Amino acid sequence: MSSATAGPQPTLVRRPARAAFDVTARRADFAGLDQQVHGKPLIYLDSAATSQRLRAVVEAYAHAATYLGANVHRGVHTLSGRATEAFEKSRRAVQQFLNARSSKEIVFTRGTTEAINLVAHSFGRSQLQPGDEVVISHSEHHANIVPWQMACAAAKAHLRVVPMLHSGELDLQAYAELLGPRTRMVALSHVSNALGTVNPIATMIAQARACGSAVLIDGAQAVPHMAVDVQALDCDFYAFSAHKLFGPTGVGVLYGRQSWLEALPPYQGGGDMIATVTFEKTTYNDLPHKFEAGTPDICGIIALRAALAYVQAVGYPALAAYEDALMAHALKTLGQVPGLTLIGTPQQRAGVISFVLDGVHPHDIGTVLDRQGIAIRTGHHCAQPVMAFYQLAATARASFAFYNTTAEVDALAEALTAVRRMFS
Amino acid sequence: MDNDLADLYQELILDHNRRPRNFGEVASPTHAANGVNPLCGDTCKVTLQVRDDGALEKICFCGEGCAISRASASLMTDALAGKGRADVERLFTDFIALLTGEGDVDHEKMGKLAAFGGVREYPMRVKCATLAWHTLQAALKRQQAPACTEEDEGTARREAPYV
Repeated sequence: MSSATAGPQPTLVRRPARAAFDVTARRADFAGLDQQVHGKPLIYLDSAATSQRLRAVVEAYAHAATYLGANVHRGVHTLSGRATEAFEKSRRAVQQFLNARSSKEIVFTRGTTEAINLVAHSFGRSQLQPGDEVVISHSEHHANIVPWQMACAAAKAHLRVVPMLHSGELDLQAYAELLGPRTRMVALSHVSNALGTVNPIATMIAQARACGSAVLIDGAQAVPHMAVDVQALDCDFYAFSAHKLFGPTGVGVLYGRQSWLEALPPYQGGGDMIATVTFEKTTYNDLPHKFEAGTPDICGIIALRAALAYVQAVGYPALAAYEDALMAHALKTLGQVPGLTLIGTPQQRAGVISFVLDGVHPHDIGTVLDRQGIAIRTGHHCAQPVMAFYQLAATARASFAFYNTTAEVDALAEALTAVRRMFS
Repeated sequence: MDNDLADLYQELILDHNRRPRNFGEVASPTHAANGVNPLCGDTCKVTLQVRDDGALEKICFCGEGCAISRASASLMTDALAGKGRADVERLFTDFIALLTGEGDVDHEKMGKLAAFGGVREYPMRVKCATLAWHTLQAALKRQQAPACTEEDEGTARREAPYV
């Protein structure tokens, strides 16, 4: 960056060619991939926990942190104006990314967890009556279970759980039977974080709406892998996190249908979310600011736009085609590792492969792989009901993004074979 | 296996993981407790027969865990069987010191437990090695709530009211 006074604009996106997917070129867009761990080249297979961060995101963040050091929606001075402009530009980018009707439907949060808590709190407080029902599924992340337990407990409503099949897919017949006249909210993950199952949410949303229920979709594990169109899906709420989409931590997005956001009471009170405040009465600000109390992560939100622009420039069709081939190779290769059992065998899968290795605890797998530069997640993946379903305390989970390669998959399989030998 | 890993997964540890000693439950125990590591879901149950003079007549463990926690529990039961309370306390203190690298530890007096010296280089695995020991302490104190690696020793685990 040359001149401080001019506040130079960073190149937000190095636009990759739309033609064939070039994984080597894409890897070069992530500085973090080019490093060694314990003297070995990093093989990062934990993108479902958090993805590596784009150079373009880091540059956009650094630019905002350096030159846009002002608060948003407040000052009359130039820097505040510039910060607000960049901030709202990100909101419009998210609107376009999700194909929302209006940027008023885009609320920035700290992450998917806060987005779900916002809805569970505001919806629960204003809409749930004693005896009402909230439907979630057996394969949810704790972030899409606990907020609804809290909302149901406060409202004396009932939590209903869609059962899971051994394949890791949801029992759709049981789902249809669970929906009823008291169903007020259906909250489902688009993609399971523990198993990688892609749920047939378009159909499930239509069924829920047909019986008059609102629908929230936890899209944290979906947006890194597939395009999302909230109008086509016709859901009422959709949440995702920037840090799983090659962006910064501390930033999440809640899409909310405008009629719902207008109807719901605010989540938190404070600055920015008000129109007028007197000790007698406070009136709330317009959408989406009503749900954005306090100073947000301005730099992170501005930087998110670089991540969205990047994946759109690469294009989901190209990215998904590459990932499909990578996942097919991974399933085949890992399936040949002696003693390895895949946990969950869904027809539609995105990004995640959970497995156990005969005679070796997942934590020991994780420790040994780490010494070879291979980063995987081990444990319950914040989805203890899924672990209980398979009668496991933990699994090992390899998760993939478009920057992973078949050579990395082969290195993983080879390392797992060695792990098993070591513990047998 | 590279040298660092060989320090952690010493042959003695791998052996006790494969063939844990005193695995199961003591018949008609005088003391028992459950332990849990909420970060990984590992569980441990320790059952004891304590003599009137406080010595550990019999000690068994069972549960689910990684190689470090299983071998630690197994070697703990081997090391403590027949020991008096003062010896148990001393070994507990020395074992924690060995894992955390805080305080002087006489490796000679630790016997086979010294095999866990390598865990110090893996801070994320220290709790795996201490689970059985914290569970033992809970059993000796007749603690009702499960021992939990995420809390200070002796603190009861709080249950969320709605779960």
